[in-house]
Amino acid sequence: MKHLLSISDLTPDQIHHLLELTDHMVEVSSRPIPKVPALRGKNVVSLFFEDSTRTRTSFDTAAKRLSADTMNFAVSSSSVNKGESLRDTIETISAMGVDAFVVRHKSSGAPQMITRWTNASIINAGDGWHQHPTQALLDCYTIRTGLNRRDGFDGLRIAIVGDIKHSRVARSDVQAFAALGAHVTLVAPPTLLPPSIDDWPVDVSHELDPLLPHLDVLYLLRVQRERMDDALLPSLHEYSTMYGLTAARSARLAPHALVMHPGPMNRGVEMVVDPSELPGSVILNQVANGVAVRMAVLFWLLGEGSDLTRSEIAS
Amino acid sequence: MTRLLITGGTLLDQHGERPGAVAVVDGRISEVAASIEPGDGDDVLDATGCIVSPGFVDLHVHLREPGKEEAETIETGSRAAALGGFTAVVAMPNTDPAHDSVSVVQFVRAQGEAAGLCEVLPSGCITVGRAGEQLAPYGELAAAGVHLFTDDGNGVQDPLLMRHALEYAGPLGVVLAQHCEVAALTKGAVMHEGACCSTLGLPGWPSIAEELMVFRDIELVRLTGVPMHFLHLSTARSVQLVRQAKADGLPITAEAAPHHFTLTDEMLTGYDPLFKVNPPLRTRADIDAIKAGLVDGTIDAIATDHAPHAPHTKEEPLDQAPPGMLGLETALALAITELDMPLAAIVAALSWQPAAIAGVADRHGRPIEVGEPANLTVFDPSLEWSVVPAQFASKSRNSPYGGRTVTGKVRHTVFRGTAVVRDGAATR
Repeated sequence: MKHLLSISDLTPDQIHHLLELTDHMVEVSSRPIPKVPALRGKNVVSLFFEDSTRTRTSFDTAAKRLSADTMNFAVSSSSVNKGESLRDTIETISAMGVDAFVVRHKSSGAPQMITRWTNASIINAGDGWHQHPTQALLDCYTIRTGLNRRDGFDGLRIAIVGDIKHSRVARSDVQAFAALGAHVTLVAPPTLLPPSIDDWPVDVSHELDPLLPHLDVLYLLRVQRERMDDALLPSLHEYSTMYGLTAARSARLAPHALVMHPGPMNRGVEMVVDPSELPGSVILNQVANGVAVRMAVLFWLLGEGSDLTRSEIAS
Repeated sequence: MTRLLITGGTLLDQHGERPGAVAVVDGRISEVAASIEPGDGDDVLDATGCIVSPGFVDLHVHLREPGKEEAETIETGSRAAALGGFTAVVAMPNTDPAHDSVSVVQFVRAQGEAAGLCEVLPSGCITVGRAGEQLAPYGELAAAGVHLFTDDGNGVQDPLLMRHALEYAGPLGVVLAQHCEVAALTKGAVMHEGACCSTLGLPGWPSIAEELMVFRDIELVRLTGVPMHFLHLSTARSVQLVRQAKADGLPITAEAAPHHFTLTDEMLTGYDPLFKVNPPLRTRADIDAIKAGLVDGTIDAIATDHAPHAPHTKEEPLDQAPPGMLGLETALALAITELDMPLAAIVAALSWQPAAIAGVADRHGRPIEVGEPANLTVFDPSLEWSVVPAQFASKSRNSPYGGRTVTGKVRHTVFRGTAVVRDGAATR
């Protein structure tokens, strides 16, 4: 595998392999000195055309723990603001010698486009409404450990609630959860669903409450204030009334059920209850697992020829 | 005066098909016969295995001059037109400045005459600056020779303004041509709204945004009685609306672009901006409906919507890249390759039917008869060739058909009695 652009590029076996590799990376991260030489000499460039704190930091930490050289290219300080084209930006930085670009872009498909202009691996760190594959992998890893489902998600019932239409996290998670065997239900008003999803491996519900007692995972998406501008929602208050996680709703969840959110949360909108008071909340585990998953992805794409045994990583 | 002889081909016009030869002197057809023996000094164009037809007329090209000469000029676009077999093209008004004043349309026409490769017919704007707010000076523009008026690239959103545009234009005998798109429904849209856009995470351009305006304007034509032309129809329902309107006897014509009977929205899966066009590529069912509309005459004309864009602009991400694709040099081949229609019907949709809509039926798309203006296209309907955009005469390269093998190619184009394309190469 050269690039990670979309979850749809991965077979279920490859997803399982990456999750197993993540186990090793979690072990590495738990050491007193959480650093291994696996990617020594590799140059990993973060290319963020859209603001992100947690994803960029997470990739940066992951690359450093694998001893890769890292370079951050933030759009605000770059020549893109001087009118440089995407192609010229990529070709210029590539000429410095790059093994992987970690790309975040507001335009769906931009990471795929970039593959034309460089020999480096492209890791999609989020493109438009399209995909955010490492988020989906870290979500899978969080469910896998949280519910002790190492062999897959057969029979798990997962609801993804909120602004599916504009969400790259939802598009990635649907593909990843379904690939591992979960039963996924999308929960949203019709205006926040993509226009045509008949061929998606999901059920759709416009009501959250009837699902709650049956869920193994409740996955909440961020709902943005801009959505009122296009008459997609009457008000955030109404959204919260119909879909927000209140104390009353959380009390109806099964005791083992996990509550997840990709962040950043809108307190008082989709998350009405304080998540620190939710026994099933694994939101901070998602963040912690993000580093290990991104180590696994970097190692998988760039560590070719390296032995994957623990001892090699530990050496 | 040298006599131009076109020999060995099959003549095809509105009166049918027959083997024949054509002699041209001083810009007009001087003789038509089963065969004509070349004399000394005759300039002979070999048409063996070819169809000789009236020149093609493209109702819809973007020549980019003035304003975007890095993408196309009137000269390079005219050359592409000639190579595609077109002897007349209607230049869309979305230049900078736009075609909303006599001086601009005179400039466009003069540049076309200077190139001398085909007749460049400037369209006029429906509204000043194509802004949709104030009527353009139809009377002055019509007096300057403009026949087709459009804000192409933008639909006229305001129904009151559109009603008044039709009412005002009616007595002038011109035709208003609508780019059918309700803008409020296509805000930020990148591709057809459907299964593909849902998966690709791209804002959709719903079919109904076109169909609502087709419907509105059909009703405005019913109200005013003033003729109207619909540009680049792309959806099955639009075709059906126009079919019904024609059955009702309304003075409506319509065109479709080759990409709308050739390519589906699935082509966008690779996020390649070459496949971004407005209106967008749609579904197989829409393609089938466009083809059926061409077959039954609901759609009068094949028009290319030739839309050159400088290469770097098509290297922007899909949502940023401009919409549009080249069309002039592939239109005939795509029609022959993709349409299950007799050649005579294809030529009708490329020649005399659009000539009538463009108001040039006195000099283009004429029957092949003595005394007629010699605007003729000679094409080999069975020649297979591979599309190589780098070889196009157009200044831009944004064809989605690169590498595709197609059938049918222009061999010679005769414009005002001169072979401006000879053996597949432009002569000027």
